[in-house]
Amino acid sequence: MSEPRRDATAATGTTAPAATVLKVEGVTVRFSGRTVLDEVSFEIKEGEFTGLIGSNGVGKTTLLRVILGLQRADAGRVEVLGAPRSPGGRSLGYVPQKVSLDPDVPMRARDLVALGLDAHRLGISRRSRQQRERVAEIIDAVDATGFADRRVGQLSGGEQQRVLIAHALVSRPKLLLLDEPLANLDPRSVQEIVALLHTVSSAFGVAILLSAHEMNALLPVMDRIVYVTGGRAASGTTAEVVRSEVLSALYGHHVDVLHLHGRVLVVAEPGADTDAIPDHPPLNIG
Amino acid sequence: MVNAWEVATIVAIVAGVVGFFVVLRGAAFPAHAIPKGAFAGAAGASLIGASTLVGLGTFALLAALGIGTLGRRGRSDVATALALVMMLALGAAFLSQSTQYEPEIFSLLFGEILGVSSSEILPEAILGLVCVLAVVLLYRRLMLTALVPEVAAAKGIRPHQVEMAFLVVLACATTMTVPVVGALLIFTLMIGPPAAARCFTDRPGVALLLSVAIALVTVWSAIACSFQFNWPVGFFVGSFSAAWYGIGRAFAALQRRRPGAAAAASARAEAVHLGA
Amino acid sequence: MTPILEPGFFSSQPVRTAVVLGAIVALVTAVVGIFTVLRSQAFAGHALTDVATTGGSGAIYLGVSALAGFIGGSVIGAGAMDLVGVQRARSRDVATGIVLGASIGLSALFLYLDTTSTATTGATQQILFGSIFTIDPSIVPVVGALTAVTLFAIAAVHRPLLLSSISTELAAVRGVRTRLVGLAFMLSLAVAVGLSSIAIGSILSTALLIGPPATALRLTRSVASATVLACCLGVGTTWLGILLAYDSADWSSSSQGLPVSFFIVAIAFVLYLASGLGFVRRWVGRGGVAPSHPRGPVAPSNETVGR
Repeated sequence: MSEPRRDATAATGTTAPAATVLKVEGVTVRFSGRTVLDEVSFEIKEGEFTGLIGSNGVGKTTLLRVILGLQRADAGRVEVLGAPRSPGGRSLGYVPQKVSLDPDVPMRARDLVALGLDAHRLGISRRSRQQRERVAEIIDAVDATGFADRRVGQLSGGEQQRVLIAHALVSRPKLLLLDEPLANLDPRSVQEIVALLHTVSSAFGVAILLSAHEMNALLPVMDRIVYVTGGRAASGTTAEVVRSEVLSALYGHHVDVLHLHGRVLVVAEPGADTDAIPDHPPLNIG
Repeated sequence: MVNAWEVATIVAIVAGVVGFFVVLRGAAFPAHAIPKGAFAGAAGASLIGASTLVGLGTFALLAALGIGTLGRRGRSDVATALALVMMLALGAAFLSQSTQYEPEIFSLLFGEILGVSSSEILPEAILGLVCVLAVVLLYRRLMLTALVPEVAAAKGIRPHQVEMAFLVVLACATTMTVPVVGALLIFTLMIGPPAAARCFTDRPGVALLLSVAIALVTVWSAIACSFQFNWPVGFFVGSFSAAWYGIGRAFAALQRRRPGAAAAASARAEAVHLGA
Repeated sequence: MTPILEPGFFSSQPVRTAVVLGAIVALVTAVVGIFTVLRSQAFAGHALTDVATTGGSGAIYLGVSALAGFIGGSVIGAGAMDLVGVQRARSRDVATGIVLGASIGLSALFLYLDTTSTATTGATQQILFGSIFTIDPSIVPVVGALTAVTLFAIAAVHRPLLLSSISTELAAVRGVRTRLVGLAFMLSLAVAVGLSSIAIGSILSTALLIGPPATALRLTRSVASATVLACCLGVGTTWLGILLAYDSADWSSSSQGLPVSFFIVAIAFVLYLASGLGFVRRWVGRGGVAPSHPRGPVAPSNETVGR
C-alpha cells in the first residue's frame, strides 16, 4: 500500500502548521426517521487531498450538501476557514455528480467557466482583461483549451467534467468538493482525472474532498480518508483508517483488510452484510 | 338537459383517461395547443359552410402533426408554441375574410354543453370509444417511454413514433370534446383531475381510474352549478379542476410529514415501474 | 408595378403608432423570450397571454383601465404559477396548466357577465385577436416606460439568471438565490406578456416571445449575441409584417387585406424553420448548431436541474 503524498512541512519547507480549511463537527442528519449521518467529524487542512469513501446511498452526497450549506444538518457544525457555513462565497468550489447541459444552449465552455467568477453579480459589465486571463489560465490547467470554444452541451462526459472543474476552480476556492467524479468512468479516464486533480491541487494550493465508492484509484494521491458506513465515519490517513480493527468497529462486524499488489480489499465473513462494503462483490472466505 | 349529462360523462371519461397520460408525459402544452389550433380550423370551416366538426378534426390533426414534426428537431415547447400561433394566425386570416362576428365563437371557446342535441351523442360516444381504445392499445408504450426511456429504447420502441401517436390521440380526444366543453377548457379537465389523482396514489391503474372519477365529479358538479347559478359551465370546470388539484397537493403534503414516508415512497416508485 | 412602400404608409397615424409600438414590444419580448426559451417556459409565456386577457376582460367588466387589467392579471397569474411550482422542471407543466385553466374559467365568467350587461359580442373577438392598427396612441408612453423597467430588471439579474437557467445546482453553489431570481424572471415575463397582449394581441405576443429568440439561439454561439439577434429579428419581423399587411389591402379586389398578425406569425415561423435547415446549420459552423437529440416526452423526474 502506498504512503500518502506530502505533508505541509515538505511542501512549504517550513514547520508552520497548515491552516484548517474545513472542520466538520458532530454532523447528524435524519430523513423521516432514518439517521443518515451520525456524529460525523473530521478536518481537512490546506492543500490536502481527501477521499470520502463509502458505498452508494450511504450519505456522501448528503454530507457534501451539508458542507456546502445546501442542506440543513439536524445537529453539528461545519466551519469553513474558521467561519460557519452558508451557501455562496468563494472559499468552496463544487462539482456535482450529474449536471445535464442542454446541447441546444449556445454557451461555450469558456463562458461557463467565466460564470464561475461572476454569476452572483448583478448588472451588466464587461469582464476585465484580468478576469479573462484567469479564465484562460484555469482552462489551460485542466487541459480544456482544445474545446474551450465549443458549445458546452455538445462536449463528451469527460470533457464536460473538466469544464465543470474549471468552473469550480476559477474563483480560487480553498477547497474543492467533487461528488462521485469517478463513477461510470473507464479505468484510464479515472487515472487521468485523479492525476489532473492532484496536479491542480498542488498548482493552486486547493484542498480536495472527493467522494467515491472505490478507494483504490485514489490511494496514490490521498492524504486523508474519511470512510463512511452506516452513518458513521472514521477519518485519518489511509494507514490509520484502512485497518481491520478500525473498519470492523465501524461496520459493527468483523472485516479483514487485504493488501494485494498495491490494491486494498475490504472483505467480510460469509453471512455478513456485504452490501455495506464499498464496491465489493460478495466473497466467500473459509 | 339529459343530453348534457350523457355527453358530459363521455367527455369526462375520455378526458380522465387521456389526461392521465398528458400529465405523465408532460404534454400539458400540446393538450392546450391542439384544441386552440383546432378552433381556428373550425372558424374557417364555418366560413365555407363545412361541418364544424370536420374543420375541428382537420385542424386538430394538422396541429398534432405540426407539433410532432417540429418537435423532433427542436425543443418541444418551442415547437408547440410556434405550431399553435401559426394555426391561430391562419384562423385570424380566415375570420378576416368575413365581416360577420361569430356568436358561435364563444361557445366554441368555452363550450355549449347545454345546447348539445341528442343526435350528437352517438358520434361523441363512438369517438370517445376510439380514443379510449387507442390509449389501451398504446398503454405499455406510453408508460415505458415516459418512465424508463432507456428500457423502451432497448425494446426497439421509437419514442418519436409513440409521441406522434399520442398527439394524434390527443387530437381525436380534442375534436370530440371541444363542442361540449369548449376549446379552451378541455385541457383543464385533462390536467387538473389527473394531477390530483397522482397525489392520492402512485399505482398507475388506480390513478387512472381516480382521474376519470374526479373528472366525472368535476363535470357533473360544474353542470349542476351552471344550471343553478346561470353562470357559464366553463367557469366551474376551471375552478373545480384547480380546487381538486389543491386538495391533492394538500393531501400529498400531509402524507409526506408522516414517518415512514420515505419507505412508502420507495415502495411506490417500485410499484409504478412494475405496474407498467 | 405597385411599390412596396406605398405612398401614404408613413403619413397614416395608425401605421406610425403600430410601427413604434410594435418595435417597442418586439424588443422587450425578444429579450425576455431568450430566457423563456432557455428555461423551457414557452408554455408559461403563452399561458400568460390568456391570463392577461382574463385580466383585460375583468377590467372591462369592472370599468377599470384595460392596460392595468392585462398587466395586473398577468402578474397575478405569474405569481400563482410560481407558487404552485413552475420553477421546478417536474411540476412546471401542471402548475402552468392549472393556473391557466382557472383563469380561462374566470375569463368565461367575465365575458359572460360583460356580454349580458353590454351586449357587445365583438368583445370576444377583439380581445382574442387584437389589432395593432386600432391601438390608442396614448398608451405608447406607458408601454415604453414599462418596457424600460422590464429590460432594466432583466439586465440587472442576467448573470445569476443565466447560470440558474443552465443549472440550478451550480447557481445555488455560487450563492445565487435561484428561487428569487426565478420569480424575478416570471414577473418580467408577466409584464412583457401583458404589454404585448394588449398592444399586439395574444397570438403575436407568443409568436414574438418564442419565434425570434428560438431562431437566434440556434444560430449564435453566445447568449449575448443571441439576444441582439433576437431583437433584430423581432423588430424586423414586426415591421415587415406591418408593411405587408398594409399593402395586402390592395392585393385583391375584395380589399379586405389580411391581418397583420398573420404576416408577422408567418414570417417568424418561416425564419424558425429556416434556422433548422441543414445547410444553415452547416453554415453557422462547428461551434454553433448541431443536430439535437430527438425529443421524447418530458417525464417528471426527481432531478432539480435548472431548466
